[in-house]
Amino acid sequence: MRLTINGVGQELDLDIRTSLLDALRDHLALTGTKKGCDHGQCGACTVLINGRRVNSCLTLAVMHEDDEITTIEGLGQPGNLHPMQESFLQHDGFQCGYCTPGQIVSAVGMLDEAKKGWPSHASKDLDGTVSLDNAEISERMSGNICRCSAYPNIVDAIRDVNEKGAA
Amino acid sequence: MRPFDYTRATAPQEAAAMAAAGATKFIAGGTNLLDLMKLQVETPEKLVDVTRLPMKDIVAEGDGLKIGALVPNSDLAADERVRRDYPVLSRALLAGASGQLRNKATTGGNLLQRTRCYYFYETSARCNKREPGSGCDAIGGFNRIHAILGTSDACIATHPSDMAVAMRALDAEIETLTPDGATKRHPIADFHRLPGDTPNVETVLSPGELITAVHLPAPLGGTQIYRKVRDRASYAFALVSIAAVVTMDAGKIGTVRLAFGGVAHKPWRNEAVEAALAGETPSAALFDKAADILLAEAKGFGENDFKIPLARRTLAAVLAEATGVSL
Repeated sequence: MRLTINGVGQELDLDIRTSLLDALRDHLALTGTKKGCDHGQCGACTVLINGRRVNSCLTLAVMHEDDEITTIEGLGQPGNLHPMQESFLQHDGFQCGYCTPGQIVSAVGMLDEAKKGWPSHASKDLDGTVSLDNAEISERMSGNICRCSAYPNIVDAIRDVNEKGAA
Repeated sequence: MRPFDYTRATAPQEAAAMAAAGATKFIAGGTNLLDLMKLQVETPEKLVDVTRLPMKDIVAEGDGLKIGALVPNSDLAADERVRRDYPVLSRALLAGASGQLRNKATTGGNLLQRTRCYYFYETSARCNKREPGSGCDAIGGFNRIHAILGTSDACIATHPSDMAVAMRALDAEIETLTPDGATKRHPIADFHRLPGDTPNVETVLSPGELITAVHLPAPLGGTQIYRKVRDRASYAFALVSIAAVVTMDAGKIGTVRLAFGGVAHKPWRNEAVEAALAGETPSAALFDKAADILLAEAKGFGENDFKIPLARRTLAAVLAEATGVSL
């Protein structure tokens, strides 16, 4: 099968059962994307598919031929960090760091959703105006679990990027 | 995960024909199916990938909307027409799952998602839904999340969808395509089944029948509310949820639609509850009378007994909000 990861085309010969997550980690050595629960409950495996955040553990790699897949490695690299990565560093938005790639990729996807005016469960109105306060960020990021409970700093890091309009 | 064959369908008719026989499943978002396949609760021999079929649009249809079966939950919740004309549906969708899952899960797949009963997921447990005739370990077991209405001796599982509850209140219709090429429309009232003796049969779909769209009738207006009571503030299934559409007419309740989630094997609606409210002056006593009708046949199984008073109080709260009455 043929996958496009971080702008690079890849030819892979995989068992049809291979999840996108396992394709990334075990076959392409892109281990930034983490396996937490492997059941869509923790968000550690979040990647962007055509710009939308999804759980890579709950989809088959073969279903994403022709799609553009972006992992944490594609967002930024040492010396060339994405603003969201910089902000997590500045705000100390992690402790052990295991959930962090998923948090960062999810946050980038989430800010794009908010820019499009998508409402959330925390939105008072459905009129397309989105103001990302702490309650909104927490609700929109509820698919990413942090067992170290670094949530206050994660929220600060995301809010800062949003307010600077940097992502 | 058990081995399976994978085929990518290029046309709806082809997909339906491919799934007509054998242990074949359609896959779209895959967020529930792959989860269950990893646990070997689902063991299809063949997957038909329908994600490239032309069923991804939301289009106006008369006074209503036609929602393609592949429209992701996120897109449906954010659609301007849905937000404006069917806010109860937007609210229900936004109350479900997480941002990542809503981006992947589809309209058709959401209708077909399976229960989150612990014993359905645990392959060493007895479950009539997973293995017909084996028994039900939820009855007499851990059943805090289970049903209180429409249960049977075979199964007390709930349907987990929020979206479907709102669609039940809106009287949506589900359009399908059969392997022999026929188009069908199932009112959502009839689409999901109660467990009875065959809890493994969850919908009226025949083998290979493919959901192609959901039709919403003309907007109802009024006050629309989706209230979801759950164990944590986000990303959890409903213990009790209510989709409500209420209009007021000179201080009295006009029309009212009420559908309930988390309480039954299907989105629950009892028109007698609505009839008891229509034309009446809203009051706490009236809401209590409506709850009496709703819960007349309700039955707890121990750990879920609390859902009966919870449903009563949630109904009162929703009706109070919709009618402007303070309790």
